Amino acid sequence: MLAPLEEPFMQRALAEAALLGIAGGALGCWVVLYGLSYAAESLSHSLLPGLVLAAIAGAPLLLGAVPAVVLAALAIALVGRIPGVEREVGIAVVVTALFGAGVLLALSPSSPPGIESLLFGDLLGPTDADLLAAAVLLGALALSLALLHARLLAVGFDRAGARGLGVSPAAVEAALLVLLAGTVVVAVQGFGNLLVVAVLVGPAASARNLTSRSAPMIAAAAAIAVLCAVAGLYASYYAGTAGGASVALAIVAVYLLSVPVGLARRSRPGVATGPGYDL
Amino acid sequence: MQPELLIEARGLALGYGGPAAVSDVSFALHGGERLALLGPNGGGKTTILRGLLGELRPLAGTLRVAASCGSVPQTERSRLDYPVSALEVAAMGALSRLPWWRRPGRHERRTALGALARVGLQAQAGATFGELSGGQRQRVLIARGLVQEARVLLMDEPFAGLDRPAAEGLEALIDALAGEGHAVLIATHDLEQARRWDSVLCVNRRQIAFGPPAETLDRAVLEATYGGAIVEIPGGGKAILPPQHCH
Repeated sequence: MLAPLEEPFMQRALAEAALLGIAGGALGCWVVLYGLSYAAESLSHSLLPGLVLAAIAGAPLLLGAVPAVVLAALAIALVGRIPGVEREVGIAVVVTALFGAGVLLALSPSSPPGIESLLFGDLLGPTDADLLAAAVLLGALALSLALLHARLLAVGFDRAGARGLGVSPAAVEAALLVLLAGTVVVAVQGFGNLLVVAVLVGPAASARNLTSRSAPMIAAAAAIAVLCAVAGLYASYYAGTAGGASVALAIVAVYLLSVPVGLARRSRPGVATGPGYDL
Repeated sequence: MQPELLIEARGLALGYGGPAAVSDVSFALHGGERLALLGPNGGGKTTILRGLLGELRPLAGTLRVAASCGSVPQTERSRLDYPVSALEVAAMGALSRLPWWRRPGRHERRTALGALARVGLQAQAGATFGELSGGQRQRVLIARGLVQEARVLLMDEPFAGLDRPAAEGLEALIDALAGEGHAVLIATHDLEQARRWDSVLCVNRRQIAFGPPAETLDRAVLEATYGGAIVEIPGGGKAILPPQHCH
């Protein structure tokens, strides 16, 4: 049972998965509560051309991912301003265009071998720089989410009312999108372009089925993400399956298990349903 | 002593970028007053509330809001599975006084608990907001306004979907808050209720009338407000017949 832990590459993989899992699980709660799951998936897919160009140039992937995410965000914002184009349609057009461009680049003769790790991640072989980036991300994210918690909660609860409380919904939402973009850029190294959305949405969606308070939801999502990372990596070690995909499937399995718990919790009669008008 | 003037609108027009959604709005709201905002759906009631909250900039006229406004929105259509307790919602009122990096702490939670007790919901402080009844949710949002130290409470159809005891309890709370000096602006469809309050503002894409209910709510004003005809119901009641049934 402890054999995988003695392998240095597994120790590094577990560290990477745990750091990204805690970050993705915690931020994912706000992604789910703000209805940004599609935005998260879109952002990660539209990074592909940036990642491929960085791989072709032999540069760190982060250097390709950052301009790509800025380009994607700008393109989505611009398309959204065209009259008559719905926001979701605009996002879909931009994402497919960028993802298609990324695939074209990836299949070109000049692209180096191993380009599929950009799509599916390389959870089993993080570099020192990957681990450092994940640790810095987790630190910055934990600090930001702690500072913003009350305002994120207030805007998500009642956007119009929050303004009356002196909280700017636009500023809070912009901060959340910046955190999301930063997390996607770093987590895409481990989980890949296609699977990063699993760690952002799955643990949070499961946690939402288990609790009806924000702080326990965040703690549960982070714990589920770490648990699934360990389970997925063990499966990968013993069954020889791909690391990122195994973790993603473990996340989906936990989510499916959480669904009946959520249904049972919600069908429970309300804690307080009396009229309660005694003055 | 003259009650304090908290809100004053003169020739106010509000809209969402295109033509004004509601125009020619002139009214005043003093501390201790209950103002009923009457009008058909789409007539501009919610637009006025959003203007008072500072969400919309006036297209024309002037709007002076001299006190903080607490918003009590409709909760029937909101996401009731949001993971938040009644106490957390009430404590959100304190955000208006805290710098952006501070979250409500022990002091703010104590204030919130006091506000929940004021609206009769101390026992439900730990309940999930979405599990409360419609009337209780309105009270929690009023408590949020009290924590905010809002002198003006803006209520958007607070009686929608409430059963009679809950509605009577909420109306008694509104009366009590007005007695303590709060101004309460209530968007409503209930004419009989509006007649019991201090003033009415009738709108139908423009202001139809403003004044004390007894002098303001006559047949012509109601027909202009609701764009229909008023029919007498046998037994003494009256009903508004919407325009599509007038022909």
